[in-house]
Parts: sequence; C-alpha cells; structure tokens
Amino acid sequence: MSNAAPAVQPETARVLLTVDRLHAWYADSHVLHGMSFDVREGEVLTLIGRNGAGKTTTLKSIMGIVRKRKGSIRFGAAELIGRRTYEIARQGIAYCPEERAIFSSLSVRENLLLPPVLRDGGLSLEQLFQAFPNLKERSASQGTKLSGGEQQMLAIGRILRTGARFLLLDEPSEGLAPVVVREIGELIRRLKRDGFTILLVEQNLRFARKLADRHVVVENGRVVDILSAATLDADMGRVQSYLGV
Amino acid sequence: MATKLLIAVACLAVALVAPFVVYPVTLMTILCFVIFASSFNLLLGYTGLLCFGHAMFFGGAAYITGHILKTTTVSLEIALLGAVFSAAALGAVIGWLAIRRQGIQFAMITLAFSQLIFFLLLQMPFTGGENGMQGIPRHPLFGLIDLRSNLHFYYFVLGVTAVTIFAFYRIVHSPFGEVLKAIRDNEARVESLGFDPEKFKLIAFTLSAGMAGLAGGLKATVFQFATLTDVSWQVSGEVILMTLLGGLGTLTGPMFGAGIIVLMNDYLAGFGEWALIAQGFILLAVVVFFRRGFVGELSVLAAYLLRFARGERKASVDGSPLAGEIATARKEADAA
Amino acid sequence: MFDGISPQLLFGQLLLGLINGSFYAMLSMGLAIIFGLMNVVNFAHGAQYMLGAFVAWFVLTQFGVSYWGALIVAPVLVALFGMAIERLLLRPLQNLDHLYGLLATYAVALIVEGLITRKYGSTGIPYDNPIPGGFRLGFMFLPSYRLWVVAFSLVVCIGTWFAIEYTRLGAYLRAANERPYMVEAFGINVPRMITLTYGFGVGLAALSGVLAAPIYQVSPSMGSSALIVVFAVVVIGGMGSIAGAIFSGYALGLVEGLTKVFYPSAANVVIFLFMILALFLRPSGLFAGREGVR
Repeated sequence: MSNAAPAVQPETARVLLTVDRLHAWYADSHVLHGMSFDVREGEVLTLIGRNGAGKTTTLKSIMGIVRKRKGSIRFGAAELIGRRTYEIARQGIAYCPEERAIFSSLSVRENLLLPPVLRDGGLSLEQLFQAFPNLKERSASQGTKLSGGEQQMLAIGRILRTGARFLLLDEPSEGLAPVVVREIGELIRRLKRDGFTILLVEQNLRFARKLADRHVVVENGRVVDILSAATLDADMGRVQSYLGV
Repeated sequence: MATKLLIAVACLAVALVAPFVVYPVTLMTILCFVIFASSFNLLLGYTGLLCFGHAMFFGGAAYITGHILKTTTVSLEIALLGAVFSAAALGAVIGWLAIRRQGIQFAMITLAFSQLIFFLLLQMPFTGGENGMQGIPRHPLFGLIDLRSNLHFYYFVLGVTAVTIFAFYRIVHSPFGEVLKAIRDNEARVESLGFDPEKFKLIAFTLSAGMAGLAGGLKATVFQFATLTDVSWQVSGEVILMTLLGGLGTLTGPMFGAGIIVLMNDYLAGFGEWALIAQGFILLAVVVFFRRGFVGELSVLAAYLLRFARGERKASVDGSPLAGEIATARKEADAA
Repeated sequence: MFDGISPQLLFGQLLLGLINGSFYAMLSMGLAIIFGLMNVVNFAHGAQYMLGAFVAWFVLTQFGVSYWGALIVAPVLVALFGMAIERLLLRPLQNLDHLYGLLATYAVALIVEGLITRKYGSTGIPYDNPIPGGFRLGFMFLPSYRLWVVAFSLVVCIGTWFAIEYTRLGAYLRAANERPYMVEAFGINVPRMITLTYGFGVGLAALSGVLAAPIYQVSPSMGSSALIVVFAVVVIGGMGSIAGAIFSGYALGLVEGLTKVFYPSAANVVIFLFMILALFLRPSGLFAGREGVR
C-alpha cells in the first residue's frame, strides 16, 4: 500500500454513508429498531455494544445480506435498500464478516484472486503479497489451513482487491492472540492513513478506542449514544455502563 | 371447536348420501387416497420428514392383502389388519435404517428402498409380475357381513376412513403430536429439551407406514386387483401432490387433495397424458403460489378477513408451512 | 462360477456397463453441479435428457441437421429452456425450503414428458447410427459408435472436472457452493451465475440425450427410467461432488454390467443396494470434502 496523503479530518469531511431510521428483521424477529447514524469520509467509526445488540445485523443490512429492511441507507447519492448485494459491492463497499468466510475449497491464492477488481486502487496479487508476506508463503495452501491470524489477514487482504474505499469489518480482533491483534490494529491504522473509510464492529473496547475517531453505541437495535474518541477517553464509565462491564 | 364439530357432521352427512350421486368406486378410491395422503401428511406436514417412495407401503400392503384373501379364508378385517401390520413392520425396519440421516439423504434412502421393493415385487411369483394380481375376493366382514356389493362396501370403507381420520386427529393433538410438530420446526431445540427426536421420528414413520398400508389394503379390496403401479414412483409422486395441494400440516387438507386429484384423474382418464400434464401444472401452481395448499390458504384468507372485519392491521405471515432449511439458510446469511 | 460364462457375454456386458456408466457419469455430474450450487435436486434432469434426444431427432427430420450439428444445437436449445425455468421458477423459490425447488422441477418433468408423449406417442423412435460399423476384436465386436460415446463422455467429464478445479470460473463456482452471499458481497453477479450454472447442467443432460439417441431410441420415458438410477449414483458419489459423480457413474455402470453376468435377477437393484450401503458407511458420499463439497 502506498503512503498516500494524510486522511481528511473526520469533523469536516463529507458524509459517505447515512443510515436513517433503519429497521431490520432476521427471519421473523425484529432486530434493528430504527438505527440512525452517519459515517464520514476517511474516518474509522466503531459500532460497539453487547452481544446481540444488532451490530452485525447493521453491517449485513448495509450490504444487503439481511434483506428485510425498512428505512434508508444512502451511500453517496445512491439508496442501498432495494439493491442486490453485488450492486452494493460495486458501489465501492467491501465486507469482511465475523466468521471471515475463507473458502475451504479454494487455495489462499484463489481466495485472494476471487474478488474482481472493480475500480482503480484494487490491489493486484503482487501488491497483496507485498502487504501480507506470510500469505505469499502459504499461497498454495488450502484457505482454511491457515492460522486464525493469517485467515484474518487473508480476509482483509481479499476485500482490498475490489478497490472499494469503504470497508465494513466485523470483529477483526476476535479470537486472536494479542500479538496478532496488534498487527491487525496496525493494518487498520495503515488503511486509515491511506484514506480508507472503515466501519468497524468491535466488542473489544480497548482495541477499538486506539483506532476509532468516533464510537456509536448500539443497544437493542438502536443507537443510544455517539461519542468522539476524545469524549470516550475522558469518560470511559459512560460506555462501560452500556456494555454492562 | 363447535364449528369444527358441525363441519365434521355436515361432511359425514354428505358422505352418507354421496354414493347415490357419485359412482361408489370413485368415492372409495378417494377415501383410500385420503388415508394414504393423511399418512404422508403425518410424515411431512407434522414431522417434517420427506419420504420419496411412500407407495412401497401402499402397494406392498395391497399385494399382501390380496395374497391373504386369495390363499386363505380369513375374514376381511383380519386380512386388512395383516396388511397394516406388515406395512408398519416394514416401516419400522426401513425407518430404523433411514432415520439416522437427515433431509435429502433420508428422502433418497426411502427412494432406494421403494425401488428395491418395486423390483422385488416385480420378480416374486405371487404378485403376478407385470400382469398384477387379479381377482381378489372380498371375504365377509367379521366372517358374517357380505360386502360384495359396492354400495355396502362403500359404507365400510367410509367407516374405516372416519375412524382413521379421528385417530389421526387424536394423534396430532396429543403430546406426542406436539413433539412431532416441534421436531418439524426445530429439531435441535427438541433435542436440547431432552427428547430423543429419532425415537419419535421412528414411531411417526411406523404409524405412517401402517396407515399407508391400510389405504393399500382397502384399495386392493375396492378394485379387487393390485398392480405394480401401486408401488411405483408415479403413485409416490401423486400422494405428494395430493398432500401439498390439500394443505401440508392441516387435518382436512388430504381430503381435498385426494378428492381433487382422483376426480381429475377420473375425468381425464380417457385423455391419456393430460392427467399427468394437469398434475404438473397444479403442482407448479401450488409450489409457486399456494404453498399452504387449498385448506391452508383458505384458513389464512378466513383469518385475514376476520381480522379485517375487526379492524386490525394485517400481520405479515410467512407463505410456506415448511420452515425446514429456511432457518439454516437464513442463519448463514443473517447472524444477529 | 466362471464355468458357464463365455468371454463374449462377459465383455459384452462390461462394454454395456461402460456405456451405461458413461451416461450415469454425465447425468450425475450435471445433477451434482446443480445440487452443489443451488441445493436443489433437479427432478427435471431426466426430462431434459430426453428433450436433448428429441431435439436431435426433430432437427434431423425437420431441418436436416445431422447428428454432429445436433450435438451443439440440442444442448444449447435445451439449456436456454433450462435457464428460463431457473429464472421464472427456481429463483423465486430459492429462499424457501429446498423441497419446493425440487417439486417445481418435478412438475416441469411431468409437464414436459406429458406433452411430448401427447405429441409423439410413447413408443420409441429410432435414430440412425451416425458411425456405423465397428472393430472385430478377438472376444467381441466393438461398435464404433459406442467407442465414440465412451471416449466423448470421458472427455466431457474430465474436461468439466478440470475446468471446475483449475480455472477462475471454477473457483467462482466452488466458492459459491460454500457461501453464495459472500461471493456476491465481492461484487459478483451470483444470481446470473446460478442461472448459467443451471443452464450448463441442463445442457449436459441434453448432450447426454443426443449421445443416447442412436443407442436407446428416442422415447418420452427414457428420462424417467434413467433418473432414479442417476439419483442413486449422485448420492453414492456425494451429492455435490463432481469427481464423485464421475467416478461413481462409471464404476456403478460396470458393477451393474457385472451383476447382469453373474447374478442377473439382482441387476436392477444392485445400485440401490450400493446406495443404501454407501449411506451407512459414508453418509456424505464417497468424495465429499469436509466443509465445501467437491
């Protein structure tokens, strides 16, 4: 990845994604009850909250994987509700799910090459191998034979293929050793420096606060609080009460 | 509850006078298939088990009944009971072998067994092979009552059907039935509650096989012959259609389904393949538009009108009675 | 046991078994591809196979298109029909229990077979052998056409398997078999891929039908008799596994042939016995992988 110009300050940046009164249903259960928040270009925004609060459902609603929705999700000028998932991806949004979704019937190399390059800036295989050298070593292995940390790297590397500048990352630090978590954190910092906008779902507050510009607290499918990184640092107790810790 | 009883009595009244309007053999065919479709409904509609090749119990029992009646002098009900028990026994064996597998593999095992039975019966001398078993006599009921007249036999078949439906009603509304429905909707949950789903499924399968056997035995005595068609995939497919058309998981669904398809087959009998083509179109319509079947859709419509009359807003209802793999497919895509 | 068996009988049946196996392999491969991606058991597969044979016969008698032209025309036409089925019937049903997709294809089979029987009657129509003659080997006579069938089917099977395992397109298919929503999240038009894949599987069936026409005669019921056996083959090989379908197809064809030699009355059922056995020893099939199915 190049050393691009520093990212625009989140407070003055234009809004990239607007979620407005989003309701979503998973099977018959009503999971999101009117989520409203926006994501500014160049920022790292985290969705934090307890298990089952609706954070993953929010990401999946944006991507159109959860289809039963009401309300509005606007990305730039485009309304995302009503579009198919592949159309949403082609708008320039990439999604890295919690389960990483590495394909077991594909090699590492095939996993990396699977996403098509949809716009400029999509990384070639060489660039990916440069950024993730340990993937190059294992490029012929079956995708799922990698360690947890390597799979997470593969999952994130994979979504950089498309050239999407807006990334949805679901719990990238989950289940990984502290050393690897640090590497993931570094990776996300690099991505931010290169001008990516990242919507991050995290339960690990310590991990999130080192990266995020703002935090959106989600509870029972609603936004209950939005704090800037500074506010969070000053008043950790406020968030911890939501998380029940 | 009172309305249901009223409807049941009304149906019975209609059934009592029906043979004076419609040819009794046609009516008896319908009744046999009502029992057969109900047995299939018990498996798929109430337990969530898809059995391809249910005809093996139906046709197998038809041959056994025929054989008993042709080679012995036992009274009619003994022969029929013999058919029921042998079908149930076969169901227990095949069920025990097949139940351990899920979903489509279970369906495929039952298909394999039905093909096995088909080819076995084809080769056994007592069945008469491709010609079928002809001239099955109607022994007297209880050794006393002569039922050789079709009209009299109709009332016997009607009686047996009524008793069977009543028993079916009692089964699905019993605690046992509730467990079956729970297995259909969410087997993992049933297991976590401490029940052994396989045992319940096996019992359901055996009961269903026995019921199908009763239908087959009756059919053999109605027509007084049994053929390989009775064990064929066509008949297995027909019972699936009947049950779906009538309404999966409803009590009266199989009655409508059986009635409509038998009457249609009868009407189109002279027109060769049109019966099959019509069945295909009906199946398509049911699968795409009316998955709840005749009875199911009517109930939903009635409930909707009732709510509308009361001024309530319509609640969204899922359009298919089988939750089946929706739960798993959705789980993949939407983890909350 | 070997006393009364003449070499002619043995090799004759083995050849027959190999031919049957070729058809089992191609048909079950198509079924496996469709099931692997869509989780739908394509009950119309037999009817689509039959349509391939009928289209070949039709274009020959109406337009003078030779067998060799039909090898291309019939699969394309029937595949288009298949894609229409997927688009109109199967796609709306894809989020429901997969039983409904299965039943929809069964309904299509009923309609297609019924209509064809209506139009052309149920007796078989002969189709001329495009490669007459053969080779006189010591112990048997090997018809050229049958040699062609075996060779061509091997090429088709191995070629398809290779394409799926080693090409980019094949990677899309293998990935979509595992997690279609994820492949779509990368911006790939998965709905269209599904339509095309179903069309391909149907095309394979139709291609088998063209190959079958000179051997088995063209009749409306040729599909349904083959289909149930092919189901058994697919189950034995592993329901989404391409390699499994191919291997099991040929193997079971040969097993069936051998059974006809040594134990003729069991020939019809031996495949089903194998299927029951396989479902006990290895429930997911002989070749199914751990997570994704290959």
